[in-house]
Amino acid sequence: MGAEHKLEIFRGLLKFKSNEQKIWGVLIFLSIVTIIEVGLGIIKPAFLLESFLQMKILNWIFVFLTLVKAYYIAWDFMHLRDETSGLVNSIVLPLLILIPYLAFILILEADYIYDIMQAGFQSWNF
Amino acid sequence: MKASTINENEESELWSGGNKPLKASYGKMMMWFFIVSDALTFTGFLVSYGFSRFKNINSWPIADEVFTHFPFLHGVDAPMYYVALMTFILIFSSVTMVLAVDAGHNMNKSKVAFYMFLTIIGGAVFVGSQAWEWKNFIKGEYGALETRGGQILQFVNSDNGKRASIREFSKSIPTDRSTHLNSKGIWFFGESSLPTVSLLEVKEGFKSDNNLLIRTEYLDDKGQKIVLSREESLDIIEQAQIVVEGANLIRNEYGNRLFANFFFFITGFHGFHVFSGVVINIIIFFNILIGTYERRGHYEMVEKVGLYWHFVDLVWVFVFTFFYLV
Repeated sequence: MGAEHKLEIFRGLLKFKSNEQKIWGVLIFLSIVTIIEVGLGIIKPAFLLESFLQMKILNWIFVFLTLVKAYYIAWDFMHLRDETSGLVNSIVLPLLILIPYLAFILILEADYIYDIMQAGFQSWNF
Repeated sequence: MKASTINENEESELWSGGNKPLKASYGKMMMWFFIVSDALTFTGFLVSYGFSRFKNINSWPIADEVFTHFPFLHGVDAPMYYVALMTFILIFSSVTMVLAVDAGHNMNKSKVAFYMFLTIIGGAVFVGSQAWEWKNFIKGEYGALETRGGQILQFVNSDNGKRASIREFSKSIPTDRSTHLNSKGIWFFGESSLPTVSLLEVKEGFKSDNNLLIRTEYLDDKGQKIVLSREESLDIIEQAQIVVEGANLIRNEYGNRLFANFFFFITGFHGFHVFSGVVINIIIFFNILIGTYERRGHYEMVEKVGLYWHFVDLVWVFVFTFFYLV
């Protein structure tokens, strides 16, 4: 209770006068990111549809923007920014280690199964 | 005077061991532990969605073509606008929640109540929107046929490339076939409803209209669904077995069966989280009104449900990306 709020975002580039102002600032930022996402999703610029590391560049951009949004929701709305680094690490590190690991092994396996289904002697479209 | 209140609270927040690990109260830390485990549950769901999608990467439905509805705009192709709106509603209700927490720090009861009320409204609107989304998804729009191998065949007009609805082009052929109820035959056989058009009607309608082509569920290298030529279409329609309208847990008209299953499961699980969040928020709201937290001397309870509420918003950000954008 009554804990001090850190009022800087973007590594101190933007500093707000009060916690309430910071909340509105983060809302505006999240809205801009969402509008960019939806805009890209509707326009689908041709040069972003090239494949990069098995996925379209556009999809990589979406994943990146999602992580940006997740960061600001967790850090400012869930005020992880104001917690001790011990608490922050014990929350974030397990997720940061386990989620990419699980995603990596399962998607790699899925890609392997896809290749098998394409190259195998079994017909899947009958 | 304010400082002395804070000191009192901090003393009462000590854990039984006599200190306060990581400077967090017991309740808040346990809420964080719950959120971490729940985040891993959602990870499991979303990653298994990714697994199925990469496994069927050449035949996965295109989300832009599935979610095209917007309230009061009938027949207008509006991909994603509605989900984007839902995202804004949820982010905004997150903001009102932070404002409630902030007002709680200042012990401003009426402001906390007001912002909690707005949060509840936002959550309720979101759940309602999701129900509407489900309704459109279940009802379907164009209809399709399914082959023996479980592939979905959709129909397009060859002149403009637009989708054709099976209810519009099928021929009307009178039939005696009626819905098989288990009261009228063997009790363990039955069916919930017949499709509005029969397989024969669709086939005959397709054959008599030279303008129609079949679209397979497979994607070309540009990410568009492959449309067959008229000859190929006439060939493959003979393999059709079932008329599929809308979506259920067994088959759906959009393509791969797993697509609808994951849609129902993941958005359903998330929607259930939002619903429980709204219920908890209502309980907290009434506790604010009767002054429970005023007497307790702090509004930490609002902060704890706030954490849960933001988490639900956070999950939606990911669901939005992986279901609707990517």
